[in-house]
Amino acid sequence: MTDVLVVGGGPAGVSAAIYLKRYRKDASIVMKDRGTLGTAGTIENYYGFPEPIDAADLFDLGIKQAKNMDIPVYEEEVLNIESSLSGDFTVKTTEGNHKARAVLLATGSNRARLRIEGFNTYEGKGISHCAVCDGFIYRDKQIGIVGSEKYMAEEFDVLKNFSDKITVFTNGDELAVDVDAETIVGEPLTKITGDEKIRAVHTEKGSHDVDALFIATGTPSATDFALKMGAFVEKNHIVVDDDFMTNIPGLFAAGDCIGGWLQISKAVYDGGMAATAINKYLRQKKQ
Amino acid sequence: MPVKVTTENFEEEVLKSDVPVIVDFWAQWCRPCLMLGPIIEEIAEDYDGKIKVAKVNVDEQGELANRFRISSIPTVMLFKDGSPASQVIGLLRKDDLIKRLGI
Repeated sequence: MTDVLVVGGGPAGVSAAIYLKRYRKDASIVMKDRGTLGTAGTIENYYGFPEPIDAADLFDLGIKQAKNMDIPVYEEEVLNIESSLSGDFTVKTTEGNHKARAVLLATGSNRARLRIEGFNTYEGKGISHCAVCDGFIYRDKQIGIVGSEKYMAEEFDVLKNFSDKITVFTNGDELAVDVDAETIVGEPLTKITGDEKIRAVHTEKGSHDVDALFIATGTPSATDFALKMGAFVEKNHIVVDDDFMTNIPGLFAAGDCIGGWLQISKAVYDGGMAATAINKYLRQKKQ
Repeated sequence: MPVKVTTENFEEEVLKSDVPVIVDFWAQWCRPCLMLGPIIEEIAEDYDGKIKVAKVNVDEQGELANRFRISSIPTVMLFKDGSPASQVIGLLRKDDLIKRLGI
């Protein structure tokens, strides 16, 4: 059991881990990729760097800084987070389970969306981001799931409890996992149609009737975890109090995933402040 | 206290109610629903007598969930004079829920 598991290795996550280390707490980082900084190109407005810096390099330097301070960094994809009655957390990743007394979500703001006609129209009308939340409603119905990697397989396993009629849409990607699906559709999706609810998913080659479409592309976002755990989410941002804590005791969030100014400086600030609040929380929890 | 609603008493408790009714579609396995429960109960207390609060367990009342095309839970619907007046999907804070339902 570690004190704090930080999910996300960007400016907010690394800063939090560094300050937690200073507070003599065991903090570990679980991260998958460089997130927003991986695709941001160069940064020209960050304090102290007179020449433009490569955003991906800055990310890597942050990870190096954490490792130099003996903060464990696990390059694993988080699939699920569960809170127990005792207030501890189990974080399930592609490699196994981590247990922690507190969790900080700092995975940035990317949420899987499909840029196709009908996606916005049917979100909440059959398009779902959470198998465990909504799967039951589609018991024995025709279910579609979009994705091709481990997170899709994880959501697929949940849906399998409710229906055998599941179609996997890889949306043009190669299927990287084994799933026992009724149908697997490999072509890219072109549009989603329906009436007051979703009815069909279309590809270049034809259409597939569905009663629901679950989105499980790539890596789940912090917002996805928060929603499943029963944390307040507003306009795709996790709601936190002044101490960066969600409405679930011990579950904290910082950086882009809580909204506000989407800048490195703000994420660093969030991380430091969250670490301070987490330290206080852990001290009180012990008593 | 919220009223437990089934297909049998839905008409009596919700459609024929003298006061507006908040209907909370939920299930035991749904974490966000469990977080919303106490918020709904608080609203019931705040509006004691002016608004009735009812809960529909979608596991047990699939027919009601189907009838109102519930596709995601928690879903909260406000019924006025026997028909749905507004609907909110997902976990919201109390003030936001009250505002979005138009209470």
